[in-house]
Amino acid sequence: MEWLQQLVNGISLGSIYALIALGYTMVYGIIKLINFAHGDVFMLGAFIGFYAIARWDLGFFPALIIAMLLCAIIGVIIERVAYKRLRNATRIAALITAIGVSLLIENTVIYFRGASPEAYPEVLSNKSISIFGANISSQSIMILGVTIVLMILLQFIVHKTKIGKAMRAVSHDPDAARLMGINVDNTISATFAIGSALAGAAGVIFGVYYTRIDPLMGVLPGLKAFVAAVLGGIGSIPGAMVGGLVLGVVETVVSALGYSLWRDAAAFVILILILILKPSGIFGKNTREKV
Amino acid sequence: MLQVNNIDVFYGNIHALKDISLEVNEGEIVTLIGANGAGKSTLLKTISGLLKPKHGHILYLTQQIAGKPAQGIVKSGISHVPEGRRVFSNMSVEENLELGAYLRNDREQIKKDIQQVYELFPRLDERRKQLSGTLSGGEQQMLAMGRALMAKPKLLLLDEPSMGLAPLIVKQIFEIIQMVNQQGTTVLLVEQNANMALSVADRAYVIETGKIVLSGTAKELQESEEVKAAYLGGL
Repeated sequence: MEWLQQLVNGISLGSIYALIALGYTMVYGIIKLINFAHGDVFMLGAFIGFYAIARWDLGFFPALIIAMLLCAIIGVIIERVAYKRLRNATRIAALITAIGVSLLIENTVIYFRGASPEAYPEVLSNKSISIFGANISSQSIMILGVTIVLMILLQFIVHKTKIGKAMRAVSHDPDAARLMGINVDNTISATFAIGSALAGAAGVIFGVYYTRIDPLMGVLPGLKAFVAAVLGGIGSIPGAMVGGLVLGVVETVVSALGYSLWRDAAAFVILILILILKPSGIFGKNTREKV
Repeated sequence: MLQVNNIDVFYGNIHALKDISLEVNEGEIVTLIGANGAGKSTLLKTISGLLKPKHGHILYLTQQIAGKPAQGIVKSGISHVPEGRRVFSNMSVEENLELGAYLRNDREQIKKDIQQVYELFPRLDERRKQLSGTLSGGEQQMLAMGRALMAKPKLLLLDEPSMGLAPLIVKQIFEIIQMVNQQGTTVLLVEQNANMALSVADRAYVIETGKIVLSGTAKELQESEEVKAAYLGGL
């Protein structure tokens, strides 16, 4: 039952990728920008959660909520300060700005607290539960549960609420959305807020699960979540969820087969393959340029 | 009701509208006819706030609306059915109609109004749950108009509702435009199909390369030699 255990590990890792990938894909869907600072919002979420738990003695859920709220605010600030004025600029200008914002966040954190890693306090009890002979930690189950709840919540927001409908309208056709009376700027801000809140949640979950955080921790998971978003079809919300899970499972399987040094490479091999074989991703539509 | 006074609109360096003035009175159907690229759509986009004029004023019910954000203009009662329909093809017919009522909060009344749109366009009723991208061109035009009506506009801007549609459907659409007008909505209609447009309109303007070159009652223009030669197939 080694395999079942690995599968659960893979899904836990994958659900973290999926949470980050959702932010990438939502932002891309609405303003066609790959927000490379998104991985750093994830890192900020991890640190906010850390301080909430270690300094203010809060439990897991209050820390999670605080991290999500603050990350949402940070996301909106990033959008308003750095990206909003570039909305009509070339895409490459916005992309380079995103990389700049990423470096700014990483180095600001390093400036204020140093580059040393931090050990995440244990806030969730970590019992081992035996299911079908596999030892699965209660943490994995908790993480999976939180992720699923967040994803259901996201689906609800996107499909049933007014702001969600506005988000879909703006991502499909901003000018037509304006003609409905939708405030496009506010809708874009809301998208950043929701995407960043999910990244913040992913940061706290990552910290609890892997117990070690540092200011550059967002780089690699950020890139991999980007791969997950491309794999699922960038712009597609179900795509980001599936892409994240697939990536997590693949990585875990590669490690389990004894090639753990190749783990990180696996993600980028997937990226190369998907770009060659099906650039629109699993759930992506073949995009036609609008005339 | 709507008064456009000497507006100039630019796309970058291109001077798209040159010193345009026009007027729409309450209850009228006014049409703006002209060839491709004459500036018809640009004028509608400027009225609905998608574009900002460089000079000039747009007065709507004595309010200055030039340069106001689009959502404010929708709120004040101007709905714009854009060229090419621009329905949200990834959403169902019903969701499109709901988005038309985005600025309203009276849920009960919105439901009733959706029913009213279905009465006006029974074809949409049959396709409520269908993704709007799968509708035919005529149905999409109906949806775009229904969606605009959901905002309860006092003034409806229609940009080439006949574009790409079969003559029979065009006839239906124009009948509905007249019906909507009779129910109290003022209409500013942009068309290339001058014949059709002049047959339903009260007054008309002719626009050529960004300038108004002729105006008058629809009847006058139908009989004008210039208009006949240029827009009505030169009879």
